[in-house]
Amino acid sequence: MDFKRVTIFAGHYGSGKTTVAVNCALSLAKSGAGVSVCDADIVNPYFRVHDFKALLEDNGAEVISSVFANTNLDVPAVPAGLSAVFDRPDRRFIIDLGGDERGALALGRHRDRLNGEKSLDMLLVFNTYRPLSSDVAGLLEIKNEIEAASGVRFTGIVNNANLGRETQTRDLEATFPTVKAASEALGLPVIMTAVKRALYEECAVKLPEAFPMDVFFPWEDAILGTYNRQGM
Amino acid sequence: MKGEARVKVLMKGNEAVAEGAIAAGCRFYFGYPITPQSEIAAHMSKRMPRIGGVFLQAESEIAAINMVIGASAAGKRAMTSSSSPGVALKSEGLSYLAGCDLPAVVVNIQRGGPGLGGIQPSQADYHQATRGAGHGDFHMLVLAPSGIQEMFDLTREAFDLADKYRMTCMILSDGVLGQMMEPLDMSEKPAAELPPKDWVLTGTENHADGKNKRRIINSLYLEPTELEFHNIERYKKYAQIAASEARFENYKTEDAEIVVAAYGATARIAKSAVNLARENGVKAGLFRPITLWPFPKSALKALAGSARAFVTAEMSMGQMTDDVDLAIECSRPNILCSRTGGVVHTPEDIWGKIGEAAKLVD
Repeated sequence: MDFKRVTIFAGHYGSGKTTVAVNCALSLAKSGAGVSVCDADIVNPYFRVHDFKALLEDNGAEVISSVFANTNLDVPAVPAGLSAVFDRPDRRFIIDLGGDERGALALGRHRDRLNGEKSLDMLLVFNTYRPLSSDVAGLLEIKNEIEAASGVRFTGIVNNANLGRETQTRDLEATFPTVKAASEALGLPVIMTAVKRALYEECAVKLPEAFPMDVFFPWEDAILGTYNRQGM
Repeated sequence: MKGEARVKVLMKGNEAVAEGAIAAGCRFYFGYPITPQSEIAAHMSKRMPRIGGVFLQAESEIAAINMVIGASAAGKRAMTSSSSPGVALKSEGLSYLAGCDLPAVVVNIQRGGPGLGGIQPSQADYHQATRGAGHGDFHMLVLAPSGIQEMFDLTREAFDLADKYRMTCMILSDGVLGQMMEPLDMSEKPAAELPPKDWVLTGTENHADGKNKRRIINSLYLEPTELEFHNIERYKKYAQIAASEARFENYKTEDAEIVVAAYGATARIAKSAVNLARENGVKAGLFRPITLWPFPKSALKALAGSARAFVTAEMSMGQMTDDVDLAIECSRPNILCSRTGGVVHTPEDIWGKIGEAAKLVD
């Protein structure tokens, strides 16, 4: 998929913004593009871009995050490095915002410069299997709240429908009518349908915008012993 | 690409707790933010106004539980939630709820302690929940979910148990379960048959004909013998609960020589450890208490007949391990597998202790 110079992922709490952002950054980095990922989550102290710092850096992506990320200091802090988006015009940036309109406030300080940016996408990530974002009315509300808080308008949507580990293709397919209706009601094109890698081949035939993702379940993996979260 | 799509939703444990309460008819939620339980309050703040309920962010944890006392005295299903330091603040209210024989649901999504501790998961409030929730002689029913479905189901059921026994039912969970996401089935359940709330404060309602007695809810008794009477009556109720409400899950315990006792998220990890042990030829099993008070003593004691040693795994320096020793009457070795400070066990941590236990009895 073609990424703009600056791509912002925003959406409802727990919609999968971080997973999508990390996968997009890895995809860009692997293609050789100079990319920085900004952990701008001021809502959730857990499961954030910072968790994937080693993975991202190993693949050539730079991570910008607050020094308080992943510590016991539960302080919502916007990383100072976010300004690099405007200081380094030759570089691509992916920005992962915190959930809902509260998370979108992190953009406020930069709204004028973001609105002056020629190559920018702000994408609404949603999963219709999540509460409060399962229908068009809920999605419209989230869109309006985030736009009001951030001062930046969305340019497209990302369908990240999933039921965690249990997701099957039929679960994804079942969301298409709602996603289509949401696209029309919100006036935003579907830029991407995020699909876990195991389902990608099956889905790519039908969905030109399918994007293969590695999915991460840090807590579940801790239970199964398949993933060593930093500090665990 | 065929087949029916499931009607499941993907939820965080904290959201599942909130939805479980709503499904139980709770329309009064009073809270105060603290990581890692803030999603309960955040979810309630969005949901309650849509269903004609009340969400109120109180000025403190103590204020929130006192609001629960008020709502409960008026006969309404009410809930508050917090995490470890915040639950400590609520202890006065928990004691007053017990003294007033009021039903309430209180949720603790445990984090590291003591003091401000940390925001990562913990199970170090076991003693607080089962023994020391507040001053005076009293108990709370304590339920320990082990997955997102149980976060929903047990919270929904907690309201029935609270109403049935006119006491606080606590959901004792942890940061892992609060934060992790799993698919959830929120199918409706038929309402339980419960005793009428003939003690509810209704102001002057139905008093005009002089038939209704004045109702008083308090925890102050002027005569010591009167207070003693109420305490004894309450403990008769507790004895009845201990005999009928203890719940547990056994996993591969039939032929187990080593039994791991664990609850909550740690029980899930222990299950992986038991499977690891089995792969390595050690007959291990898991005993998971679902009620922490009453602790399922007799069920665990029954396992001491065939098991040769026990391992207690908990995210604390050793609290539930006391109840394990009491239940098995110290008849078998019981090795503690402890992680603390917000560090979560790995299956290998627990498998290591299972191995130690196996050597001990070899």
